Amino acid sequence: MTIPSEYYLILSAILFFIGIFGFFTRRNLISLLISTELMFNAVDINFAVFNAYSHTDYLEGYIFTLFGIGIAAAETAVAIAIIINVYRNMHTIHIKKLRELKH
Amino acid sequence: MEETTNIIIFGILSLLMVAAAVAAVISSKIMRAATYLLFVLFGTAGIYFSLFYTFLGAAQITVYAGGIVVLFVFAILLIGKGSVDITHTSKLRYLAGLATSAAGLSLTIYLIRSTSFVTGKFSSAGVSMEKLGNTIMGTDKYNFVLTFEVLSILLLACMVGAILIARKK
Repeated sequence: MTIPSEYYLILSAILFFIGIFGFFTRRNLISLLISTELMFNAVDINFAVFNAYSHTDYLEGYIFTLFGIGIAAAETAVAIAIIINVYRNMHTIHIKKLRELKH
Repeated sequence: MEETTNIIIFGILSLLMVAAAVAAVISSKIMRAATYLLFVLFGTAGIYFSLFYTFLGAAQITVYAGGIVVLFVFAILLIGKGSVDITHTSKLRYLAGLATSAAGLSLTIYLIRSTSFVTGKFSSAGVSMEKLGNTIMGTDKYNFVLTFEVLSILLLACMVGAILIARKK
């Protein structure tokens, strides 16, 4: 036993809430995507840490993190395709000016 | 002695990650934000290495740092002049976001500190590739072949969808 697992959990909580803060304050679609990636990373760290510290005989958290990385790649590809399409049609990705889908 | 080294390495890694995450969230140029995100992703890979999950760290570097950040950079370069983000346009929104995340963070840290987690034996041997492959591709209990196949279909659908959405009419 080296580092207490609480240290890892607190680190991932800090990263998660930095991502939340970015999601609240950023006004640009790509920045919002970067913030969600930060949150996603924090969740992945949690899975791996719980598997390493309290569930060592099985590999659930490990596999979840591995599949989560794959799903994050797919999600980012689709989101960036959507953002590029939005930019091509409306010539902006500033979320204040994207009002057509709201109503 | 070894424990002190581990603590120091973890401290350096977590400081780097938190600083890069804050910089990624508050920097006004999106290209810089993507670069700082890259440092956070490398730090996460370091965390996996420090848990002796080497394959996970390698996958993190390959997929995230090699794939997703490149996608981000391509998108930022394609979008060009729209990619300057003026943060905190409204002071009130900035403060509200800060207060919300600080409150949530302190609540989460309080809950983590006041919970006693069940800790098993932390093994520094890591996970052998044989066990990992058997777990992913096996069909027994606690094995994940169905998830693996569903994930492959999801990736195929994402590829088709991304091409369909981003294609020029």
